[in-house]
Amino acid sequence: MKKRLKQIYIFLIFIFLYAPIATLMVLSFNSSKTRAKWGGFTTRWYSSLLHNAAILKALSNTLTIAFLSALVATVIGLVACISFQYMKKRNRTIMIGITNIPMLNAEIVTGISLMLLYLTLHLRFGFFTVLLSHITFNIPYVIMSIMPRMKQLNPSVYEAALDLGASPSKAFFRVVFPDLMPGILAGFLMSFTMSVDDFIITHFTKGPGFDTLSTKIYTEVKKGIKPEMYALSTIIFGTVLILLFLINRNPHEKKTAAAVKTT
Amino acid sequence: MNKRLLQAPYIFWSAAFIIIPLCMVFYYGLTDKTGAITLQNIMTITDPEHAKAFFLSVELSVISTIICFVLAYPLAMVLTNLHVNQHSFVVLVFILPMWMNFLLRTMAWQTLLEKSGVINGILRFLHLPALEIINTPAAIILGMVYNFLPFMVLPIYTVLTKIDENVINAARDLGANSFQTFLKVKLPLSIPGIISGITMVFVPALTTFVISALLGGSKILLIGNVIEQEFTQTGNWHFGSGLSIVLMIFIIANMVISELTDQEGEGFGI
Repeated sequence: MKKRLKQIYIFLIFIFLYAPIATLMVLSFNSSKTRAKWGGFTTRWYSSLLHNAAILKALSNTLTIAFLSALVATVIGLVACISFQYMKKRNRTIMIGITNIPMLNAEIVTGISLMLLYLTLHLRFGFFTVLLSHITFNIPYVIMSIMPRMKQLNPSVYEAALDLGASPSKAFFRVVFPDLMPGILAGFLMSFTMSVDDFIITHFTKGPGFDTLSTKIYTEVKKGIKPEMYALSTIIFGTVLILLFLINRNPHEKKTAAAVKTT
Repeated sequence: MNKRLLQAPYIFWSAAFIIIPLCMVFYYGLTDKTGAITLQNIMTITDPEHAKAFFLSVELSVISTIICFVLAYPLAMVLTNLHVNQHSFVVLVFILPMWMNFLLRTMAWQTLLEKSGVINGILRFLHLPALEIINTPAAIILGMVYNFLPFMVLPIYTVLTKIDENVINAARDLGANSFQTFLKVKLPLSIPGIISGITMVFVPALTTFVISALLGGSKILLIGNVIEQEFTQTGNWHFGSGLSIVLMIFIIANMVISELTDQEGEGFGI
């Protein structure tokens, strides 16, 4: 009985979290243009999506910014994590405190603070300012992912590699780097996700004429969202779901294969 | 020399893109158009309209934080008891929705909540009274809980999974029933997770302007909407910055509280 209750509770929360997603997926097949009415099943929006230059441009902007910002943030974050090891404890505490600021601060404040910076520097608002902002809010996620791994590292291993004649860079890339790899990868993926999903900071730092998917959706909300947007979101969500399924399936298969061998 | 070189990029980046921009918010918030120091921008919070938006923001974000906590704690406990050894799977279930755009997900609630929407269709079918909360503060609370619930679940879940089974067993051996074990052992041990959950829900809920714009209709203004309008429509950076400073006072207070309890938590671990 108690177990049943628990299952029902998880099930209800699950519905709560995924009902809007299911709604959007259903809307992507709705042949009526308004979201209030069901006008029958169609795949029209999926084909017209391919000819909607504005949406495709916003998609390519979103993915380019997400990839570049995650990449740069990962490099800067990794170097920062390594340099933290050489810092005095007090300086390190200060630097980690500063790293926490963008995560704890309200996004709207981060957004307007960067907007004020770019205005003062007379930067032209667009791709570049959005990229800089995304790198800035991604670095903390990278540091947060790598730091725990860094703390687990055994410094003697690196020193042993040096003793055995490896150059410092070789010792780093052959010995330390592989150990940090899961953290680096997690940081990169987290950054990529955060960048794709961001709206608030992009909203304040993009300027007119440049759009990511989020900002495009926000301007469309008032005039009515084009059904192609639902189709695109369904494709993105489906792709990620399939990718995650494939990634999670592989280790499982290995495990069962191993289990079969041992029996 | 080499070590200095490693430190340089991040020190430069955080100075240029974190510290200096924040200083600029304070500069604009504490000066007027001529550059003279003034508290006037901060005091605009006492304008009836601004004060109303501010208190509504505080009220709605406190309510949603409480609802998130009440929903998340039992959920985190159930998830811990599942003994799904795959920590990553549980995290995944809560991160995955992020891959459907945040604005679209929030907007989908319009479709669900509308007078002739999906939820009311189901309610009518069951002969229950219709739910009319779209364009009311209740819809904004729902949007906040929906968007920020994962931020409450994940830290509490992480803390709960780290509690040593033996501590629970010891409490049971010493004669505590399951309710006492919960109250005297689990709850105190999970406080760091609760605090970080509260911070991660309260701050974005207090400062949002998107959820209110999408689910509250055009009439309900939160403090986030006021600041957003000062920057993107009115173009008065001084007022906008002044109001942001007021928000930051709340955020900093929140940070200090979580920092203090975090240290206690670590001390407890030793």
